[in-house]
Amino acid sequence: MKEQANWSPYDNNGGTCVAIAGADYCVIASDTRMSTGYSILTRDYSKIRELAEKSVMASSGFQADVRALQKVLSARHAIYQHQHNKQMSCPAMAQLLSNTLYYKRFFPYYAFNVLGGLDNEGKGCVFTYDAVGSYERVGYSSQGSGSTLIMPFLDNQLKSPSPLLLPAQDAVTPLSESEAIDLVKTCFASATERDIYTGDKLEIVVLNASGIRREYMELRKD
Amino acid sequence: MFRNQYDTDVTTWSPQGRLFQVEYAMEAVKQGSAAIGLRSKTHVVLASVNKAQSELSSHQKKIFKADEHIGVAIAGLTADGRVLSRYMRSECINYSYTYESPLPVGRLVVQLADKAQVCTQRSWKRPYGVGLLVAGLDESGAHLYYNCPSGNYFEYQAFAIGSRSQAAKTYLERRFESFISSSREDLLRDALFALRETLQGEKLKSSICTVAVVGAGEAFHILDNETVQGLIDAFEIVGEEVPATEEGGAADEPAADQSAPAEEVPAPMDI
Repeated sequence: MKEQANWSPYDNNGGTCVAIAGADYCVIASDTRMSTGYSILTRDYSKIRELAEKSVMASSGFQADVRALQKVLSARHAIYQHQHNKQMSCPAMAQLLSNTLYYKRFFPYYAFNVLGGLDNEGKGCVFTYDAVGSYERVGYSSQGSGSTLIMPFLDNQLKSPSPLLLPAQDAVTPLSESEAIDLVKTCFASATERDIYTGDKLEIVVLNASGIRREYMELRKD
Repeated sequence: MFRNQYDTDVTTWSPQGRLFQVEYAMEAVKQGSAAIGLRSKTHVVLASVNKAQSELSSHQKKIFKADEHIGVAIAGLTADGRVLSRYMRSECINYSYTYESPLPVGRLVVQLADKAQVCTQRSWKRPYGVGLLVAGLDESGAHLYYNCPSGNYFEYQAFAIGSRSQAAKTYLERRFESFISSSREDLLRDALFALRETLQGEKLKSSICTVAVVGAGEAFHILDNETVQGLIDAFEIVGEEVPATEEGGAADEPAADQSAPAEEVPAPMDI
């Protein structure tokens, strides 16, 4: 029998993250439960971090790696600001995140990220990643333990018709900001029902032209 | 200071126990355009004179932000200053990354001083030709430090470096005791007046100076031209002499400033 490792450097702290891009806003949300195995470590842990004025990242997976990743990106952003005298744009941050993840291709950050914000034209943008930096700009995405429950629902509600259709459809949803927030709340309420790692509280961050706003909603605690 | 046989390299002592290359580096600071700093209990202000090479070119950048709570004004070889401010930024970022806390100003200046000292003890290096006025706020309050090319550093209530800085120092010496309890506005006012002293009659306007502030609840930032001009206009009534607390300040400035100290003056690093 092949030798098994008696220790893993990784752990999965569970949780789910979602982001939806609108015409002039972006909604980034995640639950606040942090687990290990079948236990709960805390009911009140934020998986969301503002990396720049118009870039917010939500990450599920191994929170120690998530924290390390957030710190690296924040430090890189500070350097960028000194060099360019301005904040990083969301697409620039998206590329930086991808490069940072791939840098550790052979000992990855166990982090499943979704980056949301406003692009240079003020339109909402969402970028979704795998653990080693493969990314794509999309209109909406979810990552984490509840993503398999949420993603099909978002596809049903938000997916644009085939990209082969002309004229080309915009990736961002035509929904209003409040409609998008309600949709997010619905997603999490449903995911909480069936995913044991999702629950306790929902943290919603909304980015628009007037700045950043936070909202919370209670979720089932079982 | 005249050329002598002990001044070729930084690693040669003179018989009087001086390192001439280091002293020459400090001369470079004195030749640079003026920079001043002053602090109160809660704020630190930096101001510098920005002379452009010609009307066609832009002004030399002399004040740099190192972190939200630390900034630096330089005088001397500005290229050296640029490199050192990049070092300061890097140190601030690395400290924040490790300790999730802002780098205490006192630690940063020691690191800078040690870095400068290395260049005074390597035959293949030369000292940095720039003086740094480091302004910052940390848990222990507001601080202003001066870092020399020699590797020495001192904390000050107020200080001025660069050409004609003696005029500013004289102004500051008369009033520094009140600075600790000054308001932010008074500090800015004194900074601008002190800066005006170094201009030797030339009109003070925002196009030739740069002012920066850091304070409790106020991140380090450089004031924009409009704000500075507004302050100048508010503080300066046309032809107003330096306020009446001293007798005719500008008139009796000592003619000999820092250009040629007598040979018997103790080497600057010994102070």
